Amino acid sequence: MSNRKTITFAFMDPPFENERTVTFFRLLDAALETGANVKVFAYEGAAALSFALQKAHGNAVHGRNETDEDHPLTKNWIAALQTKAASKDLQFDWVNCGLCVDERGVNECISGCGRGSPADLLRYATASDNTLIIGTR
Amino acid sequence: MKILQVVEQAFRTIVEEQDDTILWLTQSMISAGGDLEVLLTGNCAYYVILKQRQPSLTLGSWKQTEPAELNRDITNLLEKKIPVYVLHEELLERGLLDTPVHEDIQVINHDQLLDIYDRVDQVWQW
Repeated sequence: MSNRKTITFAFMDPPFENERTVTFFRLLDAALETGANVKVFAYEGAAALSFALQKAHGNAVHGRNETDEDHPLTKNWIAALQTKAASKDLQFDWVNCGLCVDERGVNECISGCGRGSPADLLRYATASDNTLIIGTR
Repeated sequence: MKILQVVEQAFRTIVEEQDDTILWLTQSMISAGGDLEVLLTGNCAYYVILKQRQPSLTLGSWKQTEPAELNRDITNLLEKKIPVYVLHEELLERGLLDTPVHEDIQVINHDQLLDIYDRVDQVWQW
Protein backbone atom coordinates (compact mmCIF):
# COMPACT_ATOMS: atom_id res chain seq x y z
CA MET A 1 0.00 0.00 0.00
CA SER A 2 1.31 3.45 -0.93
CA ASN A 3 2.30 5.73 1.93
CA ARG A 4 1.86 8.80 -0.20
CA LYS A 5 -0.31 11.51 1.24
CA THR A 6 -3.38 12.75 -0.58
CA ILE A 7 -4.73 16.26 -0.17
CA THR A 8 -8.03 17.67 -1.37
CA PHE A 9 -8.34 21.32 -2.33
CA ALA A 10 -11.65 23.17 -2.65
CA PHE A 11 -11.26 26.46 -4.47
CA MET A 12 -13.77 29.17 -5.41
CA ASP A 13 -11.96 31.93 -7.30
CA PRO A 14 -12.01 32.56 -11.06
CA PRO A 15 -9.03 32.44 -13.41
CA PHE A 16 -7.60 35.92 -13.59
CA GLU A 17 -8.94 38.34 -11.00
CA ASN A 18 -6.77 37.97 -7.93
CA GLU A 19 -3.55 36.61 -6.55
CA ARG A 20 -5.34 33.94 -4.53
CA THR A 21 -5.69 31.98 -7.76
CA VAL A 22 -1.94 32.09 -8.38
CA THR A 23 -1.26 31.07 -4.80
CA PHE A 24 -3.69 28.18 -5.15
CA PHE A 25 -1.81 26.89 -8.19
CA ARG A 26 1.52 27.28 -6.42
CA LEU A 27 0.14 25.18 -3.56
CA LEU A 28 -0.94 22.48 -6.02
CA ASP A 29 2.54 22.47 -7.54
CA ALA A 30 4.14 22.32 -4.10
CA ALA A 31 1.92 19.43 -3.07
CA LEU A 32 2.97 17.46 -6.14
CA GLU A 33 6.59 18.43 -5.53
CA THR A 34 6.44 16.82 -2.09
CA GLY A 35 5.02 13.63 -3.58
CA ALA A 36 1.39 14.07 -2.57
CA ASN A 37 -1.60 13.05 -4.65
CA VAL A 38 -3.90 15.99 -5.36
CA LYS A 39 -7.65 16.22 -5.75
CA VAL A 40 -9.37 19.48 -6.67
CA PHE A 41 -13.02 20.47 -6.34
CA ALA A 42 -13.52 23.64 -8.39
CA TYR A 43 -16.49 25.56 -7.06
CA GLU A 44 -18.18 28.75 -8.28
CA GLY A 45 -15.76 30.90 -10.31
CA ALA A 46 -13.08 28.21 -10.16
CA ALA A 47 -15.21 26.14 -12.53
CA ALA A 48 -13.75 28.32 -15.31
CA LEU A 49 -10.13 27.50 -14.51
CA SER A 50 -10.17 24.46 -16.82
CA PHE A 51 -12.29 26.06 -19.56
CA ALA A 52 -10.89 24.76 -22.84
CA LEU A 53 -11.74 27.88 -24.88
CA GLN A 54 -9.48 30.22 -22.94
CA LYS A 55 -7.39 32.00 -25.55
CA ALA A 56 -4.09 33.80 -25.33
CA HIS A 57 -3.72 37.20 -26.96
CA GLY A 58 -1.06 39.62 -28.01
CA ASN A 59 -0.46 42.86 -26.13
CA ALA A 60 0.16 46.04 -28.07
CA VAL A 61 1.22 47.97 -24.96
CA HIS A 62 3.91 45.38 -24.36
CA GLY A 63 4.79 45.45 -28.07
CA ARG A 64 4.40 41.68 -28.32
CA ASN A 65 2.27 39.49 -30.54
CA GLU A 66 0.28 36.52 -29.29
CA THR A 67 3.20 34.12 -29.54
CA ASP A 68 5.73 36.40 -27.88
CA GLU A 69 3.36 37.55 -25.14
CA ASP A 70 2.68 33.91 -24.20
CA HIS A 71 -0.17 35.01 -21.95
CA PRO A 72 -0.75 32.75 -18.94
CA LEU A 73 -3.91 30.65 -19.09
CA THR A 74 -5.12 28.59 -16.17
CA LYS A 75 -6.11 25.71 -18.43
CA ASN A 76 -2.43 25.45 -19.37
CA TRP A 77 -1.37 25.56 -15.73
CA ILE A 78 -3.71 22.65 -15.02
CA ALA A 79 -2.33 20.73 -17.99
CA ALA A 80 1.21 21.36 -16.77
CA LEU A 81 0.33 20.05 -13.32
CA GLN A 82 -1.33 17.01 -14.87
CA THR A 83 1.90 16.31 -16.72
CA LYS A 84 3.98 16.84 -13.60
CA ALA A 85 1.76 14.46 -11.62
CA ALA A 86 2.01 11.81 -14.32
CA SER A 87 5.80 12.14 -14.42
CA LYS A 88 5.93 11.48 -10.68
CA ASP A 89 3.32 8.71 -10.82
CA LEU A 90 0.94 10.79 -8.72
CA GLN A 91 -2.80 11.23 -8.97
CA PHE A 92 -4.12 14.63 -10.02
CA ASP A 93 -7.91 14.61 -10.06
CA TRP A 94 -10.01 17.62 -10.94
CA VAL A 95 -13.78 17.97 -10.83
CA ASN A 96 -15.84 21.07 -11.55
CA CYS A 97 -19.15 21.82 -9.85
CA GLY A 98 -21.61 21.06 -12.65
CA LEU A 99 -24.15 23.75 -11.79
CA CYS A 100 -21.35 26.33 -11.54
CA VAL A 101 -20.17 25.28 -14.99
CA ASP A 102 -23.65 25.58 -16.47
CA GLU A 103 -24.37 29.07 -15.18
CA ARG A 104 -21.05 30.33 -16.55
CA GLY A 105 -21.26 28.51 -19.88
CA VAL A 106 -17.85 26.94 -19.39
CA ASN A 107 -18.88 23.37 -20.14
CA GLU A 108 -15.93 22.58 -22.39
CA CYS A 109 -13.06 21.71 -20.10
CA ILE A 110 -9.64 20.31 -20.93
CA SER A 111 -8.95 16.58 -20.84
CA GLY A 112 -8.50 15.18 -17.37
CA CYS A 113 -10.99 17.54 -15.77
CA GLY A 114 -14.61 16.55 -15.35
CA ARG A 115 -18.06 17.56 -14.28
CA GLY A 116 -19.25 16.70 -10.80
CA SER A 117 -21.19 17.82 -7.74
CA PRO A 118 -20.69 18.53 -4.02
CA ALA A 119 -20.86 14.77 -3.52
CA ASP A 120 -17.47 14.62 -5.23
CA LEU A 121 -15.99 17.05 -2.71
CA LEU A 122 -17.22 14.76 0.03
CA ARG A 123 -15.81 11.71 -1.80
CA TYR A 124 -12.46 13.41 -2.37
CA ALA A 125 -12.18 14.60 1.23
CA THR A 126 -13.09 11.21 2.63
CA ALA A 127 -10.35 9.60 0.52
CA SER A 128 -7.72 12.19 1.50
CA ASP A 129 -5.44 12.76 4.46
CA ASN A 130 -6.59 16.35 4.75
CA THR A 131 -8.56 19.06 3.00
CA LEU A 132 -7.67 22.68 2.32
CA ILE A 133 -10.59 25.03 1.73
CA ILE A 134 -9.83 28.29 -0.07
CA GLY A 135 -13.01 30.31 -0.24
CA THR A 136 -13.46 33.50 -2.20
CA ARG A 137 -13.43 36.82 -0.32
CA MET B 1 -15.74 11.68 8.87
CA LYS B 2 -17.29 14.63 10.68
CA ILE B 3 -16.73 18.06 9.13
CA LEU B 4 -17.29 21.47 10.70
CA GLN B 5 -18.26 24.01 8.06
CA VAL B 6 -17.08 27.41 9.30
CA VAL B 7 -19.02 29.99 7.29
CA GLU B 8 -17.49 33.43 7.70
CA GLN B 9 -18.11 35.43 4.52
CA ALA B 10 -21.62 36.81 4.94
CA PHE B 11 -23.99 37.53 2.05
CA ARG B 12 -21.44 36.24 -0.46
CA THR B 13 -22.88 35.65 -3.96
CA ILE B 14 -26.42 35.59 -2.59
CA VAL B 15 -27.93 37.68 -5.39
CA GLU B 16 -26.60 35.49 -8.18
CA GLU B 17 -26.91 32.15 -6.41
CA GLN B 18 -30.16 33.00 -4.62
CA ASP B 19 -28.82 31.34 -1.48
CA ASP B 20 -25.67 31.28 0.65
CA THR B 21 -23.49 29.10 -1.51
CA ILE B 22 -21.80 27.34 1.42
CA LEU B 23 -25.09 26.57 3.15
CA TRP B 24 -26.23 25.18 -0.21
CA LEU B 25 -23.05 23.13 -0.52
CA THR B 26 -23.57 21.84 3.00
CA GLN B 27 -27.12 20.72 2.24
CA SER B 28 -25.92 19.00 -0.93
CA MET B 29 -23.19 17.08 0.88
CA ILE B 30 -25.59 16.05 3.64
CA SER B 31 -27.89 14.65 0.97
CA ALA B 32 -24.86 12.70 -0.32
CA GLY B 33 -24.32 11.14 3.10
CA GLY B 34 -21.99 13.70 4.65
CA ASP B 35 -21.72 14.21 8.41
CA LEU B 36 -21.47 17.97 8.83
CA GLU B 37 -22.03 20.70 11.38
CA VAL B 38 -22.15 24.45 10.77
CA LEU B 39 -20.60 27.39 12.61
CA LEU B 40 -21.86 30.81 11.52
CA THR B 41 -19.04 33.16 12.43
CA GLY B 42 -17.97 36.73 11.70
CA ASN B 43 -20.70 38.67 9.96
CA CYS B 44 -22.55 35.41 9.28
CA ALA B 45 -23.76 35.86 12.86
CA TYR B 46 -26.36 38.12 11.26
CA TYR B 47 -27.86 35.06 9.56
CA VAL B 48 -29.35 33.79 12.82
CA ILE B 49 -31.64 36.79 13.26
CA LEU B 50 -32.94 37.04 9.69
CA LYS B 51 -36.70 36.79 9.40
CA GLN B 52 -37.28 37.90 5.83
CA ARG B 53 -36.13 37.02 2.36
CA GLN B 54 -33.49 39.15 0.74
CA PRO B 55 -34.85 41.98 -1.42
CA SER B 56 -35.31 41.26 -5.11
CA LEU B 57 -32.90 42.85 -7.55
CA THR B 58 -34.41 44.91 -10.35
CA LEU B 59 -32.37 46.01 -13.37
CA GLY B 60 -34.36 47.77 -16.08
CA SER B 61 -37.17 45.43 -17.04
CA TRP B 62 -35.52 42.43 -15.41
CA LYS B 63 -36.76 41.60 -11.94
CA GLN B 64 -35.54 38.79 -9.74
CA THR B 65 -38.35 36.45 -8.75
CA GLU B 66 -36.58 34.06 -6.35
CA PRO B 67 -34.21 36.03 -4.12
CA ALA B 68 -32.21 34.29 -1.43
CA GLU B 69 -34.02 33.08 1.66
CA LEU B 70 -31.24 32.51 4.17
CA ASN B 71 -33.51 31.75 7.11
CA ARG B 72 -35.04 28.97 5.01
CA ASP B 73 -31.56 27.55 4.29
CA ILE B 74 -30.78 27.48 8.00
CA THR B 75 -34.17 26.01 8.86
CA ASN B 76 -33.58 23.26 6.31
CA LEU B 77 -30.37 22.33 8.11
CA LEU B 78 -31.99 22.40 11.53
CA GLU B 79 -34.90 20.27 10.35
CA LYS B 80 -32.35 17.64 9.28
CA LYS B 81 -30.91 17.78 12.82
CA ILE B 82 -27.69 19.39 11.58
CA PRO B 83 -26.12 21.33 14.47
CA VAL B 84 -25.83 25.06 13.71
CA TYR B 85 -23.71 27.16 16.06
CA VAL B 86 -23.15 30.87 16.58
CA LEU B 87 -20.78 32.47 19.07
CA HIS B 88 -22.25 34.42 22.01
CA GLU B 89 -19.38 36.88 21.81
CA GLU B 90 -20.05 37.62 18.12
CA LEU B 91 -23.73 38.28 18.77
CA LEU B 92 -22.72 40.54 21.67
CA GLU B 93 -20.25 42.64 19.70
CA ARG B 94 -22.85 43.18 16.96
CA GLY B 95 -25.61 44.20 19.38
CA LEU B 96 -27.64 41.12 18.48
CA LEU B 97 -27.72 39.42 21.85
CA ASP B 98 -31.25 40.51 22.68
CA THR B 99 -32.60 39.67 19.24
CA PRO B 100 -34.48 36.36 19.12
CA VAL B 101 -32.74 33.57 17.24
CA HIS B 102 -34.17 30.25 16.08
CA GLU B 103 -34.54 28.10 19.18
CA ASP B 104 -32.61 25.22 17.61
CA ILE B 105 -29.52 27.32 16.83
CA GLN B 106 -26.92 26.69 19.52
CA VAL B 107 -25.39 29.86 20.98
CA ILE B 108 -21.97 28.82 22.27
CA ASN B 109 -18.92 30.45 23.87
CA HIS B 110 -15.27 30.15 22.86
CA ASP B 111 -14.60 27.29 25.30
CA GLN B 112 -17.40 25.27 23.75
CA LEU B 113 -16.01 26.07 20.31
CA LEU B 114 -12.70 24.52 21.32
CA ASP B 115 -14.52 21.33 22.24
CA ILE B 116 -16.23 21.27 18.84
CA TYR B 117 -12.92 21.76 17.04
CA ASP B 118 -11.48 18.87 19.05
CA ARG B 119 -14.44 16.62 18.30
CA VAL B 120 -14.62 16.95 14.52
CA ASP B 121 -12.23 15.33 12.06
CA GLN B 122 -11.83 18.30 9.73
CA VAL B 123 -12.56 22.02 9.95
CA TRP B 124 -13.38 23.69 6.64
CA GLN B 125 -13.01 27.47 6.83
CA TRP B 126 -15.01 29.11 4.05
